Amino acid sequence: VAMAAPLVLHLLLALLLGSGGRSGAEPERDSLREELVLTPLPSGDVSATFQFRTRWDSELQLEGGTNHHFLRYAVLPREVVCTENLTPWKKLLPCSSKAGLSVLLKAERLFHTSYHSQAVHIRPVCRDAHCVSVSWELRQTLTVVFDAFTTGQGKKDWSLFRMFSRTITEACPLASQSHIYVDISRNSQENETLEVSPPPTSTYQAVVLGDRRTYAVYDLLNPATFSGSRSLNLQLRWKQFQDIGSQLVPFLHAQRYVSGYGLQKGELSTVLHNTHPYRAFPVLLLETVPWYLRLYVHTLAITTKGKENKPSYIHYQPAQDRLRPHLLEMLIQLPANSVTKVSIQFERALLKWTEYTPDPNHGFYVSPSVLSALVPNLVGAKPANWEESPLFSTMFPVSDSSSYFVRLYTEPLLVNLPTPDFSMPYNVICLTCTVVAVCYGSFYNLLTRTFHLEEPKRSRLVRWLANIIRRIRGVPPV
Amino acid sequence: MGLLLDSHRRRALARLLLRLNTPLCVVSYVAGVVWFLALAFSPLTQNTYISENAMGSTMVEEQFEGGEHALSYARDFIAQRRKTGNLPVAWLERTMRSVGLEVYSQSFSRTLPFPDETHERYMVSGTNVYGILRAPRAASTESLVLIVPSSPGTLNAQAVGLLLSLAAYFRSQIYWAKDIIFLVTEHDLLGTEAWLEAYHDVNITGMQSSALRGRAGAIQAAVALELNSDVVTSLDVAVEGLNGQLPNLDLLNLFHAFCQKEALLCTLQGKLQHSDWASLGGSLHGLQTLMLMVLRQASGRPHGPHGLFLRYHVEAITLRGINSFRQYKYDMTAVGKTLEGMFRKLNNLLERLHQSYFFYLLPSLSRFVSIGLYMPAIGFLLFIPGLKALELWVKLNKVDFSPEEQLGPLQLVGQDVRGVALTPLVAPVLISQATGLALYLLPVMGQHVAAQHFPVAEAEAVVLTLLAIYVAGLALPHSTHRVVSSTPRGPDSGWMALKLLALLYLALQLGCISLFNFSLGFLLAVTMVPAAALTQPSGPRLLYAVLLVLVSPGATLLGSLFLWRELQEAPLTLAEGWQLFLGALAQGVLDHHLYGALLFPLLSLGLYPCWLLFWNVLFWK
Repeated sequence: VAMAAPLVLHLLLALLLGSGGRSGAEPERDSLREELVLTPLPSGDVSATFQFRTRWDSELQLEGGTNHHFLRYAVLPREVVCTENLTPWKKLLPCSSKAGLSVLLKAERLFHTSYHSQAVHIRPVCRDAHCVSVSWELRQTLTVVFDAFTTGQGKKDWSLFRMFSRTITEACPLASQSHIYVDISRNSQENETLEVSPPPTSTYQAVVLGDRRTYAVYDLLNPATFSGSRSLNLQLRWKQFQDIGSQLVPFLHAQRYVSGYGLQKGELSTVLHNTHPYRAFPVLLLETVPWYLRLYVHTLAITTKGKENKPSYIHYQPAQDRLRPHLLEMLIQLPANSVTKVSIQFERALLKWTEYTPDPNHGFYVSPSVLSALVPNLVGAKPANWEESPLFSTMFPVSDSSSYFVRLYTEPLLVNLPTPDFSMPYNVICLTCTVVAVCYGSFYNLLTRTFHLEEPKRSRLVRWLANIIRRIRGVPPV
Repeated sequence: MGLLLDSHRRRALARLLLRLNTPLCVVSYVAGVVWFLALAFSPLTQNTYISENAMGSTMVEEQFEGGEHALSYARDFIAQRRKTGNLPVAWLERTMRSVGLEVYSQSFSRTLPFPDETHERYMVSGTNVYGILRAPRAASTESLVLIVPSSPGTLNAQAVGLLLSLAAYFRSQIYWAKDIIFLVTEHDLLGTEAWLEAYHDVNITGMQSSALRGRAGAIQAAVALELNSDVVTSLDVAVEGLNGQLPNLDLLNLFHAFCQKEALLCTLQGKLQHSDWASLGGSLHGLQTLMLMVLRQASGRPHGPHGLFLRYHVEAITLRGINSFRQYKYDMTAVGKTLEGMFRKLNNLLERLHQSYFFYLLPSLSRFVSIGLYMPAIGFLLFIPGLKALELWVKLNKVDFSPEEQLGPLQLVGQDVRGVALTPLVAPVLISQATGLALYLLPVMGQHVAAQHFPVAEAEAVVLTLLAIYVAGLALPHSTHRVVSSTPRGPDSGWMALKLLALLYLALQLGCISLFNFSLGFLLAVTMVPAAALTQPSGPRLLYAVLLVLVSPGATLLGSLFLWRELQEAPLTLAEGWQLFLGALAQGVLDHHLYGALLFPLLSLGLYPCWLLFWNVLFWK
């Protein structure tokens, strides 16, 4: 599943600017929590998620809650991953990559993975119940999936050294908390399939993605973790590996594609799957489509199991050429165990010839649709105290005991627009000008002219002269 | 323009036109044919070159070593195939999953409009299996396709084996920027069509298929592979697609570059390149290859699964492994390395293939003729109907040639001219078009009626009805004349007007056809134009009739079949030719219904009625 997930490098910034300004007071000491979650996947791959959270107090005052007029959403669907993204991101970390978990962030290995997702989140956090003063929170996350086929050379046993070619020797000295969690949920009571060494000091239970998980916990601030040796090289070994053919499918997943052929029209289709066996749930679907795909809103069709599915809420803001993209937001109810197809037709606009990108034949990107949903849990869970639970539990926050929140991004699309042959305009201009200049006028003249017979008019003198000549020649006069 | 406005000069021009018309036509025809034949010779052909910078240099070293693996996969595939009786879907899925692909399958079914006798199928249902290799750290926006068709007749077991072996090798590499789809289709083109339609979520041909669950963005290029032996002596490449569409020349150049790099023998139209291009023998050899290409392209059939991709703007070619009696053989590793090289190059593409030519003719793999150089050939040919039409127009406008001195200077211009009476033409035109429509619709619609009343199978019924309607069209002049009343405007004006109309219609159609399928346009022009120009209801009518029958679209098809086999150096006997002809008719109709090939409607709705008009001219009373 992780392999299929598209890499979307997002910088989602919801910045709330108050009256602000720096005060002269000395800010409080930053607090850092760092955390690494290792999750062995059913396919034998392993996913590693780093989270670093820094908080610092500021004198910025919040005024009257969130002002939605300042909410902005922007997507850059084309950004490609490269080491240039990693270095500035690493520099934001208090320990840089000198100590603690960030030692493992070695570009050479991180970019040898099959999935890479890197994010920066900034938000204000209330310091007290009345939200009089706020702290700022900077959270940096990095998720990579190590692929058993390319990075593991087919082997499904993993260790920190094997993944990152580094081991951990200490926690970041600035960190107030430094943990490594390893998902060992596949070990059932009677049947131990996964062995983790060194043996964990404690375990932790949590409900993640609606399912109960067990984690082995390693506390790096605890000297006992490093008791055996000077460095910690966590190892995951499969005792009996069974490849689950049909991999576990999440309750909500989606795909998006362009259908049709030719360069005139097309259709954007988003297919939403609800694989929950008995519970329906609503999904908020947000689509932003660039203006050069002219959407035909009347063709918007939402079908579930062959029947029309009427969305309970639609917000549509039409595009303005060169100014604003289409914005389409819908609340759709997904019945249990169903596939819902949302499709809308579009026409490809012809851009001005200077508006094409330098690589117009590559196609133009359309940003992913965003799905936000409260997905039902399989097991009951109680909302945890976020301050005390591990950082990863806030990735899929549980809102109440029966569901958790998830936001999905579908794959971005590549759409071909009608593209002129850019070597041609000059030739075409020359040719058409010539043709118009030379031919058009004369043809028009010829086609619109009417012809009349006209008696030749000659003056008397001419006729008199002509008759004299005719008489001389012996021809009858005119 | 002043020339046309001045009535004196205009008259002189008209006179010149009438006097020089026949020589001009002859010269133009000869020029067209000679130009076409000269296309294979050196000033008109250029060396091919890769235009796309992203594929420019051949720097990588191919490291595929899985030839033996491929063969063992192929043996397993054959064994499984024998066990299950049709495509071993479960085995393929398991194997693809074991090499690390994301595997999906798609089932499809299609009832043919009438039984296909060459492939022995009528109600077809099958399953396509495909595995997607996701490019690491990419967003699945672009993909490449490697497709192997496997049908009961041609298993392509070695190709399936090589596909799996390549998939395993590709999976362990990290340089992929585009997803790669490994696709095995059943029932060759039908499966391909079903998969493509489902991938693009359209339904053009009435195919019933399950929706695809896995996609990989916009397909940038596709390579189809057909291998039926453990070793090959050469690789043949097919480029002609549906309706004569061709892939971008760069894709072919890429293949050619890797042929040279791996020192493989590569052929085009089954012909090796002549060693000495500059010699006469080399050029004649090139001409032979070129003619084969023209015949294949004119047929409008997809010559391999790649042909169906072209509709979706996906550049594609088909590679066929040939195992002949040559001494030196290549193993799967060599073929695999070629494919690896091609895919790595295609993986580097930043844009779709668009730099090189989309319209070209190939006298050999390393040389091509661009559109600018071959279009004059058809231009010369289409000049003839234009000239003839002009001549008829001039004649129609002054039927009684009075002594020229008597004509006032302005008389010619159009005051008291006889003009063209259009009413008598309505009947022949309508009846010809109706016959064309019947030819298009009746064979398939009436197959069951025909099969009930005559002792023939449905497929035979279709072909025989086709022929019957075609031949019945020849009797039309008699019936049309009953409808047409005598023309008041003079003895000749009737047929002249009809011929004028028919010539313009012919020129228009051929012009349009040659724009999207030069080969078809040229083939039809080179046969129909002289006969059309000659036809008139006086003089040696029997000779004209024979000539006209010989150049009718059906006869051209028959002749092309003979020419094609002659060029392939496998001449046909008359009986074989006839059988092949009947088969080709059925295939033509099927291709139209199954893949949307345009040749059948074009001939039955466009050119056949046009030809009937000339037939009417010939028997004008």
